[in-house]
Amino acid sequence: MSTTVPADVEALIDKVQYEEEGEFPVERGYIYTSCASVENGNPLFWDDAVAAEITNGPIAMPTMLSVWFRPHHWAPNRTHEALPLQVHFDLKEQFGLPEAVMTDNTIVFYEPVRPGDRLKTRQILRSVSEEKTTKLGTGRFWVIDVEYLNQRDELVGVESYTGFGYRRDDA
Amino acid sequence: MIATKLSLADVHAGDTLPELAYDVTATTVVLGALAARDWRPMHHDHDFAVNRNGTKDIFLNTPNQAAWFERYLTDWSGPKGRLGRMKFRMKGSVFPGDRMVLAGTVEDVTTDEGGCGWVTVLVRLTVDGDLKTDCTARIALPVTDDDNPWTRRGDQWRP
Repeated sequence: MSTTVPADVEALIDKVQYEEEGEFPVERGYIYTSCASVENGNPLFWDDAVAAEITNGPIAMPTMLSVWFRPHHWAPNRTHEALPLQVHFDLKEQFGLPEAVMTDNTIVFYEPVRPGDRLKTRQILRSVSEEKTTKLGTGRFWVIDVEYLNQRDELVGVESYTGFGYRRDDA
Repeated sequence: MIATKLSLADVHAGDTLPELAYDVTATTVVLGALAARDWRPMHHDHDFAVNRNGTKDIFLNTPNQAAWFERYLTDWSGPKGRLGRMKFRMKGSVFPGDRMVLAGTVEDVTTDEGGCGWVTVLVRLTVDGDLKTDCTARIALPVTDDDNPWTRRGDQWRP
C-alpha cells in the first residue's frame, strides 16, 4: 500500500488546469428539464413576471452549475473522448484506478446564471490522500475545485468535489 | 407584488421543515442524469452499474441530488430564498424502488455584517430510515418586507 503522493501529482496541487469555455450558452430548455427532473415548481424558473420582479429576469437553478460545462456525448471532428472534470479522470489513470465515485460536494453560489450566459471553468486539484480501503475497494480520495465565471468574468460559483478512485478488492 | 413566503423573523433554530417523500424509479435516475448532462453509464445502464461498479442498480447522480436539495429548500423558503452554500456527503446510493425522504432542521439563524439574513439548514435524505446523504445548506431570506437577497452583489453577498 502506498502512503505517498507521487511528485508529479504533488506538483499539480493548487495549479489551475483545464481553463475551458462551455460548448453552448446557458439555455432555458435545460433549465425546464432540470426543474422537471426534481419537480421543482419555483416560479422563478417558470413565470417570467416573477423572475422579472425578484431576479431581474430569468435565471437558471443555481445547482445547475456543472450542467453548463459538461461536453456533448458526441461532436463532429472530435478525436478523443471529452470528459467533464478531466482532473478526476487524469487521477484515475495516473493511479490505475478503474472505478470512482464522488463522496462529498460543496457548492458556493455567487452571481446568478442567466439564459444566454457563456460560462468558463477552471479546475484546481486541492489534495490527494494516501491509499485507503473502503467497502468499495482500495484507492485514493482527492479534492478538486471547479470555479465558474460568466462572460463578464464575474464569479458565479465554486464547486468542490471529493472523489474516491478505487480498484474493487474482489476484482 | 410577489408575496414572500418566509422572512428571517419567521424562522428559528430547531424549526423543522415539512418532509418530502418521493418514490424513486429508473426514470427518476435517468431523467436526473440526462438533465445534468451526465452520460456516465452507472446512471442509466443497469448491467454496468451492477457488474462494473459493484452497486445493486443504477443510482442518483451527484448534481441531481443537489437539485433535489435545492427544490426541497426553496419549496420551504419561497422564491426569495437564495442559496448561498450547500455541502453534502453521500454515504450510500439511492436506487430505483427506494422511497427517499428529505427532512430538514434549522440549525442557525443569523444576520451578517452586510445585513443579509441567513438560515443554516441540515437536510437528511434517508431511505427506510437509513441516512443516504446529509446536506448542510446556507440560504438567505429577506430580513424585511422590502428586502430581496437576490439584489445583493459584491460585498453585500457573502455566501
